[in-house]
Amino acid sequence: MHTVRTVRRKVTLALAVTLVCTVAACSSSSSTTTSPNAPPTATTAKKGLTVYFIPKDTQNPYEVIADQGGQRALQELGGKVVISSGTQDTAAAQIPSIQAAIQAHAAAIVIAGNDPSALCPSLNQAAQTGIKIVAFDSDIACASSPSHLFINQANTEKIGTSQIDLLAKEIGSKGEIAILSAAASATNQNAWIGYMKQQLKKYPNMKLVTTVYGNDDPATSLTVLQGLLSAYPNLRGIISPTTVGISTAAQYLSTHKSLLSHLTLTGLGLPSQMKSYVHDGTVKEFELWNPDNLGYLAGYAAAGLASGSASLQAGSKFDAGKLNSYTVLAPSGTTGPSVVLGPPTVFNASNVDKFKF
Amino acid sequence: MSVLTAPAPAPTDRPVSRLESLLRARELGIALAIIVVFGLTTLNNHAFAHAASIQQLLSGAALIALLGVGETLVIVTRNVDLSVGSVVGLSAYIIGDLFKHNHDMSVVLGFVIAIAVGAAIGAINGLVTTVARVPSLVVTLAMLYIVRGFDGVIVNGKTIDPDSIPTAFTAVGYRTLFGIPWLAIIVAVVVVAVGYAMRSFRSSRDLYAIGSNPDAAELAGIPAGRRVFTAFLISGALAGLAGALFLALHAQIDVSGGSGYELTVVAAVVVGGVAIFGGSGTVLGAALGAVLLNTINQALVASKVSSFWNGAIAGGLLLAAIAFDRWLSLRVARSLQSAEGAHRDL
Amino acid sequence: MTSDMATKTPVTPRRSVVETGKRALWQGVRRWESALVVVFIGALIFGSSERPNFLNPMNFFYTGLNMGEIAIMALPLTLIIMTGEMDLSVASMLGLSGTVMGVLFSNGWPIWLAMAAALVVGALGGTLNGVLVAKVGLPSIAVTIGTLTLFRGIAVILLAPRTITGFPLSLTKIGVVPIQGTQLAYSTAIFLAMAVVAGVVLHATPLGRALVAIGLQPEAAQFAGIRVNRIKIWLYVVSGVVCAFAGILLTLKNASVSYDAGTGLELNVVAIVLFGGVSIFGGRGTVIGVVLSVAIVGCLQQALTQMNVQPEVQNIIIGVLLLISVVIPNSGEAIRRIRDRARRHASTPSPRNSPNA
Repeated sequence: MHTVRTVRRKVTLALAVTLVCTVAACSSSSSTTTSPNAPPTATTAKKGLTVYFIPKDTQNPYEVIADQGGQRALQELGGKVVISSGTQDTAAAQIPSIQAAIQAHAAAIVIAGNDPSALCPSLNQAAQTGIKIVAFDSDIACASSPSHLFINQANTEKIGTSQIDLLAKEIGSKGEIAILSAAASATNQNAWIGYMKQQLKKYPNMKLVTTVYGNDDPATSLTVLQGLLSAYPNLRGIISPTTVGISTAAQYLSTHKSLLSHLTLTGLGLPSQMKSYVHDGTVKEFELWNPDNLGYLAGYAAAGLASGSASLQAGSKFDAGKLNSYTVLAPSGTTGPSVVLGPPTVFNASNVDKFKF
Repeated sequence: MSVLTAPAPAPTDRPVSRLESLLRARELGIALAIIVVFGLTTLNNHAFAHAASIQQLLSGAALIALLGVGETLVIVTRNVDLSVGSVVGLSAYIIGDLFKHNHDMSVVLGFVIAIAVGAAIGAINGLVTTVARVPSLVVTLAMLYIVRGFDGVIVNGKTIDPDSIPTAFTAVGYRTLFGIPWLAIIVAVVVVAVGYAMRSFRSSRDLYAIGSNPDAAELAGIPAGRRVFTAFLISGALAGLAGALFLALHAQIDVSGGSGYELTVVAAVVVGGVAIFGGSGTVLGAALGAVLLNTINQALVASKVSSFWNGAIAGGLLLAAIAFDRWLSLRVARSLQSAEGAHRDL
Repeated sequence: MTSDMATKTPVTPRRSVVETGKRALWQGVRRWESALVVVFIGALIFGSSERPNFLNPMNFFYTGLNMGEIAIMALPLTLIIMTGEMDLSVASMLGLSGTVMGVLFSNGWPIWLAMAAALVVGALGGTLNGVLVAKVGLPSIAVTIGTLTLFRGIAVILLAPRTITGFPLSLTKIGVVPIQGTQLAYSTAIFLAMAVVAGVVLHATPLGRALVAIGLQPEAAQFAGIRVNRIKIWLYVVSGVVCAFAGILLTLKNASVSYDAGTGLELNVVAIVLFGGVSIFGGRGTVIGVVLSVAIVGCLQQALTQMNVQPEVQNIIIGVLLLISVVIPNSGEAIRRIRDRARRHASTPSPRNSPNA
């Protein structure tokens, strides 16, 4: 029949195209692996480097500020930054960006991982072509394939323990508390919550009754918050270690001020979003760090690694422009070589207006 | 229609009233389900019955219920509107940005603009569906991508912070009147108005005819194109209104506003008794469906059930609702047949 | 088809209504596929315009790797849409099967047994869909929205908030290396093989003709003796198993699984099938069209990411392509209808109601 022949012709055509591409295909990728623990070989970063910044998604306001910091850093170094990611917070959305970096022969990749492990195969491929890998905000867990440098915004343990300490100070170290987190799979969230639980042992009269997940979405955060308030009428404190969670909770509490008589809110928040809540008394104190500086430091680290003026060796230093010099910390626990930006900043009425982020 | 039937009651009365009563039973059933869930949860946790909780239940369901009204109009005509979530996000951001740069823009103007943005998208959906005769699933799916993408381009990583929104506007998000949140009142007014129109006006009843039997409706002279277009226009406008309310409620907006709402709305509408194949269902049912879903979500947290169970329970509930509606419609069909048979025997 | 009009009664045409309809539809479909081939070549040219070495083998590997699971899920969905039904639960089944495999594997099950269990879960889920749609007679859009939520919900219960890693390296290499001697990703090869099978079934077997008949005229098909319900149930079972298989592939490719694997992919899969020329009403479409659609979308996404076009703009492009794919085939009729109506209004004011039959 005429139609079956047409089908067969089309199938053959498609197979032929595939075959041609495949036959033309054989290429072996060169693998250059430098020993991860070798000391720095150069003294200054090279010029003209291209660094790919791969945030969790292209619209997360916190990440946007960090990426801008990275752009500033590379500009000072005479290089450039390409920001590439997807719209959904999934590993699958970030993989094409890693591939683009490989195709563009980027010098380094700075990535905030949506998933601790799913990105490892692609990043390892990138590392094998000589691209240096830097992780920031949310670390990746790839053992040493690839080996990478983690730019920690603050000491992970400190981030967890200090939020408990902040809350304990305000509620008199006594009462039921809850955590309003982001996505249940977020590496950084789970790490901080782990340390929070540990720190709670120091406060025997405080009890963590539950953790709810707002998925960094205002509507979901509000729903779980409302459920939380119904479920635990004796709740004294809420910690929300995510900027979306804390601002959603703050908006709700500021419009239901009667709750503030027995409820305290703290966590990680952007001063630009939280300042109106500090001024109207809803939130007394919260903390964060400067995401612009985080991106800036990551940019310098990436350029340094790509030029050989920085290395993953514990104790080695590298130049970080206006932030002066930073020292690489030895791996510990599940974290590999890392650098810590600095201690978290506590914001309250006295300083919340001073920051632009 | 025999000549002798003058003294006897009109034969069409009996089947219609039984139909109506069965339909009314559907909304009553949902209301009953809400009360049951509420009651069970309160037994477990007395704090759930406080005034504050009930306010939360109403205001939490308000946005989805509002979207459900528009979605009902569209689904009744045997179409679907998947772009509502993206419209919420876009309209919320547009007026948020306007407020940021014109802090003394009036609240009413904000609402008007949001509704206009939504109506514009709805008009596009309606035009393409009716003029180009393209299946609405495809059109609104494409618009979901396009509108969300366009929103992403104009948002470009920014966020509108609470101090950019005038307090008069956010007041709509939390103020109450006699204990009932304004949000709930606004949505209730819309539900009552649209519901009344659906029952009383010929042009709205045409929507049911179009959904039940498009060919027959066409033959009967119903201007299907115009009606369906209007349904999409209203759905878009209500989505725009929902965007304004979203901004009032959360006092901040970035690119993620409203994302994922479309499937929630369709689920709420189906649970509320609106047949996905068109031809039946009420906006009251859709609104109650939204309230039921939100009540269950909050009840789970309040009963200290891990929030991880939400999805599975919602999915199971949806399947049960669809199966129940099918059983109900079979019973209606059977009762209509028996009524006709009884009439023929006269 | 000879008939002596004067004396003999006319002989009914030997070709059935379905066959004649199929003939006419084939011509329309071939027009769309040819357009797709042109668009595909255009996409390749577009990709090369920015990056001259776009057509390199590694890109071919990457594109295949990224699209693999979506492409595989598109095949059974094509058959389901051909019969006039829908399956929106595809991505959730992908996530659930990966989760099941991961949980069992982390509990000590041998990997092959865990994979088999995942496939069984796929079959069970597909059976649920099929029975509810075909046996109970519920609308497939609503049912599969329900099972979409249910399957994802079960995955969350099983795994949240953990991530499972540690899968055998011999298997996870499918995410990193192509098939030996070629640049074909394993998932691409599997997809092409399955596409050939699906194409043969749909276009050259009685089963395929039955599917088309069910889509075009369900009642006629029933009366013609086609076991409509049984076929539909089996289609959903196959869809469930294939999506489960895609879930296994995705897990191995990422070398990890978390509860949100594949979230949101269902609309992508539907868009790709529709863009491939498969009519949402059923009865029209080809596997070749879907293969071309996969190739075009994959190629465009790869090109746009490497040109660093914002992902939001990429979404707009996909939406526009989808819109065009349905507006253009209908535009001829629409223009004709508008012209007819204009002509009618110009000549005489026509009564709105048609006379009683």
